[in-house]
Amino acid sequence: MSNAALTPHSSLLSTHSPAPLLTADRVTRLYGDRIGCVDVSFSLWPGEVLGVVGESGSGKSTLLRCLSGLDRPTSGSVAFADPAGLIPDIFALDEQRRRGLMRTAWGIVHQNPRDGLRMAVSAGGNIGERLMDRGDRHYGSIREAALEWLARVEIDPARIDDRPSQFSGGMQQRLQIARVLVSGPRLVYMDEPTGGLDVSVQARLLDLLRALVRDLGLAAVIVTHDLAVARLLTDRLMVMRNGRVVEEGLTDQVLDDPQHAYTQLLTASVLAA
Amino acid sequence: MQKTVTSPLPPRDEAYNFAYLDEATKRMVRRALLKAVAVPGYQVPFGSREMPLARGWGTGGIQVTAAVIGPDDTLKVIDQGADDTTNAVSIRRFFARVAGVATTEATADATIIQTRHRIPEAPLEAGQILVYQVPQPEPLRKLESSEAETRKMHAWGDYGPMYVRLYEDIARFGHVATTYSYPVLVNGRYVMSPSPIPKFDNPKMHMSAALQLFGAGREKRIYAIPPWTEVKSLDFEDHPFEVQKWDEPCALCDAADSYLDEVITDDLGGRMFVCSDTHYCEGRRDAGHRGRLLGTDAGRALTRNEE
Ligand SMILES: Nc1ncnc2c1ncn2[C@@H]1O[C@H](COP(=O)(O)OP(=O)(O)O)[C@@H](O)[C@H]1O
Ligand SMILES: [Mg+2]
Ligand SMILES: [Zn+2]
Repeated sequence: MSNAALTPHSSLLSTHSPAPLLTADRVTRLYGDRIGCVDVSFSLWPGEVLGVVGESGSGKSTLLRCLSGLDRPTSGSVAFADPAGLIPDIFALDEQRRRGLMRTAWGIVHQNPRDGLRMAVSAGGNIGERLMDRGDRHYGSIREAALEWLARVEIDPARIDDRPSQFSGGMQQRLQIARVLVSGPRLVYMDEPTGGLDVSVQARLLDLLRALVRDLGLAAVIVTHDLAVARLLTDRLMVMRNGRVVEEGLTDQVLDDPQHAYTQLLTASVLAA
Repeated sequence: MQKTVTSPLPPRDEAYNFAYLDEATKRMVRRALLKAVAVPGYQVPFGSREMPLARGWGTGGIQVTAAVIGPDDTLKVIDQGADDTTNAVSIRRFFARVAGVATTEATADATIIQTRHRIPEAPLEAGQILVYQVPQPEPLRKLESSEAETRKMHAWGDYGPMYVRLYEDIARFGHVATTYSYPVLVNGRYVMSPSPIPKFDNPKMHMSAALQLFGAGREKRIYAIPPWTEVKSLDFEDHPFEVQKWDEPCALCDAADSYLDEVITDDLGGRMFVCSDTHYCEGRRDAGHRGRLLGTDAGRALTRNEE
């Protein structure tokens, strides 16, 4: 009715920023003459969830390690839009700066909880570590944050002083998620987050992940060999084979109408399973 | 008056170079010391030498002392606060023999004090040097076994995991359980191990007028706190660092401000608390302070040399 209704709202525009959060440009990781991943390029926008699927050995974990700063690519670059300014290549930064980003700007949920948790440290200490890393020095507030995050990942806060070794596999995975999210990253990398868990435990974890990603507006790259997990969690999908991306698109499109012969095989085998 | 007990010492043995180490080695240790003083709390590698004493005997501290001592110095050596233990006596005899220096038990008379496990109670003064014997120089070792990694952690001030350890203590015991080698932040920059002194002594390192030098022989590291340097024991804002307290004063000299050792007095479970700094305790008794058990059988067992 009024002109005001037709005027684009500036704050609305800025929340739909056209700038990608993450851009991989021809990321390649070779292990001698063996191929890890080759020429992987894509962009990820804030709040978007990207799935990476492909059979075992197709290079999914290698790619994730490169994107998350754990492993330096043989060639190619990984750009990240830090609130303080665009970083054209996280591997051009010195190691100190890159480690800092790995603790605050994004997080990594490892397939094996042992790689992501300190097993000899209590659940509260595991969650509090990133806060202490960034300089929090108030025990009471660190503990409060730990209690809050335990509740958010559906672990009884009364278990705050228990060690991860006293937790079930599903709980360990949820604890890893809390440990990563406590510092408020905008991006999370997950490598087979439901791998090795019972089906019912997987379902619960998937529901939790879906809710967290939605509520926090997180962007995520989720590696999985399970197409059902991909369908449930991801907006967009990349299909990898022999280290290369063979198909990419909206998740439903890729799964319902696969174009590449390899993707057709992959989806068919899932249907058959 | 405090008395200076001077035990019979061997004369200077001219067969050895002054202070045992050759001049090139002393210069090498001094270069490491200069660097350590320039970067307070930073562990400087040095080419630790074999010494004519077994390793756990403080060869790191001895090399530092040998590198800084001169003919006019007066040396005091303490071990667990006492001047008369085997360890302290042999180090004192060693320097009397190889450097011919004067030795003393009086903190105020010493220009160099080599120590294991304590800082003297009497405040140190400008011009004095305190040399610590250090078994494990790396405060992060318990958290991280890789040397390459601990070096990075220091370089980047990456001390979060240290606080995780303190957090774990408070969560489990309600307070930080560490009582020895309690980590400190030096000059707002490097986390440092104060060597196995009781945390009671940590505040004495802060803004000390004396130069503090640390030598780790086995681990080949030297580090330092220059005079008037800030030394802060790690803590949380809402769980501030605290030193040990005792319910009773020293049973011999009535001091309420010194670090007390528990001494078993008989096999019936009798016990008493006495100053660990034996020279400080004697000085107070000489000045007329009398503890609860001074003059009793139990007290006499510990003050024999005065009778
Ligand atoms: N550290 C490594 N050293 C040598 N080859 C490796 C290493 N990591 C992975 N590879 C190889 O790279 C390829 C991709 O592996 P990976 O990324 O683990 O695949 P995925 O996660 O899809 O199962 C495989 O051929 C694998 O053997
Ligand atoms: Mg993998
Ligand atoms: Zn006393």
